[in-house]
This record gives sequence, structure tokens and C-alpha cells, in this order.
Amino acid sequence: MQARLPDPMVPVPFVVRRVRRETHDTATLDLAPANGDGFTFRPGQFNMLYAFGIGEVPISISGDAQRPLPVAHTVRAVGAVSTAIRTVRPGAMVGVRGPFGTAWPVEAAERMDVVIVAGGIGLAPLRPVLYHLLAFRERYGRVALLYGARTPQDLLFRRELEQWRGRFDLHVGVTVDAPVSGWIGDVGVVTTLIPHAPFDPQDALALVCGPEVMMRFTVAELRKRGVPAERIVLSLERNMKCAIGLCGHCQFGPHFVCRQGPVFRYPEVEPLLTVKEV
Amino acid sequence: MKEIEELLAEQPFFKGMDPRWIAFFAGCAGNVRFDAGEYIFREGGEANRFLLIRHGRVALETHVPQRGPVTIYTIGKNDVVGWSWLFPPYRWTFDARALELVRAIGFDAACVRKKCEEDPALGYVLLMRLVPVISSRLQATRLQLLDVYGTARGPRAGASA
Repeated sequence: MQARLPDPMVPVPFVVRRVRRETHDTATLDLAPANGDGFTFRPGQFNMLYAFGIGEVPISISGDAQRPLPVAHTVRAVGAVSTAIRTVRPGAMVGVRGPFGTAWPVEAAERMDVVIVAGGIGLAPLRPVLYHLLAFRERYGRVALLYGARTPQDLLFRRELEQWRGRFDLHVGVTVDAPVSGWIGDVGVVTTLIPHAPFDPQDALALVCGPEVMMRFTVAELRKRGVPAERIVLSLERNMKCAIGLCGHCQFGPHFVCRQGPVFRYPEVEPLLTVKEV
Repeated sequence: MKEIEELLAEQPFFKGMDPRWIAFFAGCAGNVRFDAGEYIFREGGEANRFLLIRHGRVALETHVPQRGPVTIYTIGKNDVVGWSWLFPPYRWTFDARALELVRAIGFDAACVRKKCEEDPALGYVLLMRLVPVISSRLQATRLQLLDVYGTARGPRAGASA
């Protein structure tokens, strides 16, 4: 008799092992299955996290796919559910469905330069990519991480950013829109880091995640630098509910972002990105 | 040691430019350096030169009462610093301060303007290279004004839920 696959609509209880405060409104949660089961995911995928009695939200996995447990999620409090999840304490339980969605094409980038452009909390879905690139560093050309945030206090993963900056095999550019007193880093939007970042535009894969308007401007700057459209990959945000392509809440033109995305090659979504309402 | 013309030809700003024009600009150019913290120019001061950064970073700042100097934008290697020298009243609209040791090529504004007036073709060549810089700074500023990270929506960080 064939074993029954778990129902993708039923949340599995996970225990909160650790909570790390990232910024005033964002925290990273380490979760482990309460029943001791394993868990695997690919960089770029997301889980549906369920705050019992409150609701469910899609949250990207921000940890290392080579060491998937405990499963890291970086959550920004923006509504009732995400606020409830961000404020959980170690030992608490949350429901988890997933992983869902498409992954960043890290294998396709082998032997090429890789440029990662992240805006705000968009660094969270891209952190697994960075872990992968650094774990298999010899397989890739030059790697550049370009990261923009609103203010220095809004920068995620500060300790890791400093470690990554200290590496000789990784270029890290960080900029903020609005500095505070004492900030001696770059000021300006993340797109301003693209023109001089060290990568060969003809032989690079660009992975981009952030607010949609930031991604549009980033694509324009990457194209101006000479990166071919098909070498630009975006992770899109839509209102994902069922996460299995049934409910239609996340429909974006012909795509269900939860199933055909969230990671798309730019030419797949280019005509839709400038449509005012899809 | 490299000649100024050689240094200019290596700069992306001059990439592909006819050597004849590069020679014109080289006649108005010289190497300059600024130590970390040093002001390159001050708001309201005479805009008598512009720079092409070869090394280091420069902060464009303005002084805000109760807050002190506020950085608006930072400029790095291969970028142009300043265009107020191009048109009257030739006054800087911001402060520019070296954030670290800055090595740059400095251009004498009066010299460049004079050459451009004498030969409008040179002026056209210069403007065709300066306007994209101005345009991309304008676009970046517009994006900065949108405060895109301050909105509730984000990449699977809970959207609005």
C-alpha cells in the first residue's frame, strides 16, 4: 500500500526554538517540527506560518538549505498575523505548511558571476542563496551582494553583513535611503550600487528581491549595465493564501505566484510589472 | 606615472570619447586628493571645479537645523562630483565631504567653460555625458522619495496580514 502524502492544507506543529531580534519590527525565528521529523527546502521557497487562532501568512525561509533545521524565517510585523508570529517566545508553537513555490536558479548560475540585489526585507529570501554560493564558492565567478534599506537601523543580519564584508571572495555593497548621525556608509537607493559593482554583465545572473517598485528600477539599471533580460530573476510578492494554486488570491496575470513563483525570470513577468492593477 | 590624458581615457565618463576631446579636457585637469573628513566644497561657495573620483567616497551633505549635517547621497569611484559649475550663479548647492581618502581628477571649471564656449561641439560632447549622470541621480532621488521600504508590503514578510 502506498503511503499517503501529508495534506498540504494541514499545518504541522513546529516549536519555536529561538527568536533573534533583527530590527524594531523584524525578528528571525528558528523553528523545528514538534514531532521530530526532518525538513528540506530550496533557496527562495516559502512556508505558510500559522499563528493559532489568528491566521496564516506566507513567510520566506531565510536559513541555510544545507542545514535546514531549525528552519529560519525572518518576519516583519506588518499586520495582525505577522505581529503575532514576530512576537512569539521560544517554546511556543506555530503551524507550518510548506515549503512552497519555485526556487532561485542557483545551479544555473554556476561558472557565472552572480549579483544579488536586495531591498529591505528582500534580503531574507536571498540569504539562503548567499549561504549556497558561499558553501560552493568555487563553482561561481564573482559574487556581489548589493543591499539597500530605509535606515541603518533597518538593516537585517548586521553581524553576518559585517562577516561577509570581511571576505575577499565576496563584494558587499550596503546603502541606506536615510542615514542617521554617525553612519559613514553609502547613502542612496540600492540601484546606485549597480553601475560600479564588480560583475561582468554579459556573464552574470542577477537575483533581485524587494518592494516591486524597487525591483522595477533595479531591472532598469541592470539592463542599462548590459545584463540580458533572461538573466534577471525576481521574487514577487502577492497575496498568497492556499499556497497550492487553488484559491487564486495570488493570481498575477496568467501566473499563480504561489506555484509558478514566487521566483520568476524577468521576461515571464515583464509585461505585467508595469500594469497598474493586475 | 600616468599622464592625465591616460587617466581620463580610463575613466568610464570619458569611455569612447575622441582623443581630441580628451586632450581638450586634460588641458583643464589635474590630480587632487582630499583626506578623510576634509570638505571638498561648501554650500554657497564658488563652484569653480568638478571632480571625477578615482578612489574613495564623497558624501553630499546639507546642514539641517537641530540635526546638523545630513548626508543626502554618497558618490564613489568613477563618479562625477558637481555640476553647479556649469551654469550661473556657479554656486554649490550642497557640501561635499570626503568620507575616506579621496583621489580624483579635478577640472578647472572656468577653463572647461571657456573651451566649451569656444567650441560648442565640445560642450555638446560634455553635456551628452553629464546629462545621463544628472538624470540617474534624479531618478535615484525620486525612488528615494518614494520611501519604498516604509510601506507595509514586503517579500513574504507577511504582506498586509
